[in-house]
Amino acid sequence: MGETTNRAADFWSGLALAALGTYIVLEARQWEYLGPEGPGAGFFPLWYGIAMVALSLALVASSALRKPGGGGIDWRNAGRSAAAWLAFAASVAACKLVGFAVSFALLTFFIVAVLYRRPLAVAATVAVAVAAGFQVVFAMALGVSLPSGVLGF
Amino acid sequence: MEILSSLAQGFAVALAPANLLWCFVGVLLGTVIGIMPGLGPPATIAMLLPLTFQMTPAAAMIMLAGIYYGAKYGGSTTSILLNVPGESASVVTCLDGYQMARKGRAGAALGIAAIASFVAGTVGVLGLMLVAPPLARFALAFSSPEYFGLMTLGLALVVLLAGRSVIKALLAALVGLWIASMGTDLFSATSRFTFGQMELLAGIDFIVVAIGVFAIGEVLANIALREGTQLLPVPKGLRNLLPTWQDLKDCRFAFLNGSVVGFLVGVLPGGGSTIASFLSYGLEKAVSRRRGQFGTGVIEGVAAPEGANNSETGGALVPLLTLGIPGSGTTAILLAALVLWGFKPGPLFIPENPTLFWGLVASMYLGNAMLLVLNLPLVPAFAQVLRLPVYVLYPLIFGVSMVGVYSVSGSPFDLALLAAFGLLGYLMRKLDYPTAPLILALALGAGLERALRQSLMMSGGNLAILVERPIAAVMLSLALVVLLIPLVGRLNAWRLRALEPDGG
Repeated sequence: MGETTNRAADFWSGLALAALGTYIVLEARQWEYLGPEGPGAGFFPLWYGIAMVALSLALVASSALRKPGGGGIDWRNAGRSAAAWLAFAASVAACKLVGFAVSFALLTFFIVAVLYRRPLAVAATVAVAVAAGFQVVFAMALGVSLPSGVLGF
Repeated sequence: MEILSSLAQGFAVALAPANLLWCFVGVLLGTVIGIMPGLGPPATIAMLLPLTFQMTPAAAMIMLAGIYYGAKYGGSTTSILLNVPGESASVVTCLDGYQMARKGRAGAALGIAAIASFVAGTVGVLGLMLVAPPLARFALAFSSPEYFGLMTLGLALVVLLAGRSVIKALLAALVGLWIASMGTDLFSATSRFTFGQMELLAGIDFIVVAIGVFAIGEVLANIALREGTQLLPVPKGLRNLLPTWQDLKDCRFAFLNGSVVGFLVGVLPGGGSTIASFLSYGLEKAVSRRRGQFGTGVIEGVAAPEGANNSETGGALVPLLTLGIPGSGTTAILLAALVLWGFKPGPLFIPENPTLFWGLVASMYLGNAMLLVLNLPLVPAFAQVLRLPVYVLYPLIFGVSMVGVYSVSGSPFDLALLAAFGLLGYLMRKLDYPTAPLILALALGAGLERALRQSLMMSGGNLAILVERPIAAVMLSLALVVLLIPLVGRLNAWRLRALEPDGG
């Protein structure tokens, strides 16, 4: 909460949800609605899909009728979040190849060195320390299995 | 008499060395998490839940509950010393707590917050102990239509109080229902919304969504901001943390107010500790002889909300344990935890699992006492947590989230889903969609659909069954009234005031 309501954001998110609601309704129509033993698989999704379409269109309409206002998007801050998410997603994808320890160390290095602009030596130390700490605490002490890569850890 | 013997049995469980240790770990972790801005109890409980599978259910529940109420104690420290709430329930504590600290009375503010939390937290547990068993007996008469009505009412209340826009809150809840529908329909074996993925046939694990939306989404939103807050000096020594006799006298009504308002709001689904603290602050201000000074550093302005947000915990566990209906994101995760451990929260939970219920109740008495002892002399040590650089904290949260999700299923696909739900959580925060309705709808979705379909099977497809049975009819009518509140100007103004950070 606390974010300034943005007219364009409401408009576009409303349209996206209307599309999702339409997809739900179309899918639900392919499943049984009411059978001899009672409601089928399509009964519940059909109704919440219809509700989603109706509410999202109401959101679109109300945002279209509202006067322009609210804060714009802070692209610099959004860029930092986007970079962090991309790094996280890349780290998840890399887990299969290089294992959790290496991919997590690389993610940490990126956050410290690039997003928080700390010296490379600091970033490398933090990255190695947290990755090693996770390996010791979770894999060795708690026996939790972590994704391993071609290197075997 | 029966309650006392059950409680004695509970203390036997809670005082077992292992459970005592987990209770301590829980309240300690909770305090640390409460202190850290940007990491709340739902995110932490979601992250740690998979790691509790190796513990006994009693130990795990005691620890997770400890995190839940321990965070409420910790949240006040950040509000008072930084003017930044450690968690949402402590927002209102900033108003008078930070002003007291600026005037050199940080010690008294921190001390009264801990004492009020202890008093009201203990009253909340007392309420849980007295209200839960009779409510569970009453709920034994519930059947599918009543459960459908109850879950609908719970969702409606959460939607009403989750954010400024009821439409957005409803949409968030509908997305939650959609995610809950994914996988194989248990009635007909039809696969729904699986996009041809084998991994989705069993549905999406609640933990993946909860960790993604709460933990990853929260970090992504916070990482955009650069730190710029100044920590006020932390008072050292127990003497500097104890409020004066006059302070305690001034707070007499605040203790009572916080205890009662907090518990009652907690019992209502959707209320939550933030609403409880605001209502309690508003009531304190309304009846105070020095109401004009509120916001300038009045000690009752710290005691009332801090008491309320702790008493709310006991109240929130009442519908969770007796009806299986969570009222907030955190209790939704606790519900998922109980289900994952093989329990069925509902009217039979207490009779079938007396050891777990009474052990939890007893551990909460002990945990509140531990928190009082921990928080008074150790506040300076806890405040050092605020010096942990965020560039270390955020990777740690990413790492624990990945480990938590992977340890549940061992599936890289779930890690990819975690990234996707993290992005969803971030977008929801940025676009001002509340996350609580989504998580609650996800937790209740399967039960809601099952209750509706079973009701219609009972009636041969006749929807009238939902309004012919008195309890179901009352609950559905109340849900309708709740959803119509935003359309009534004066009531909507009250709702919006309750949601405003400075709306006391």
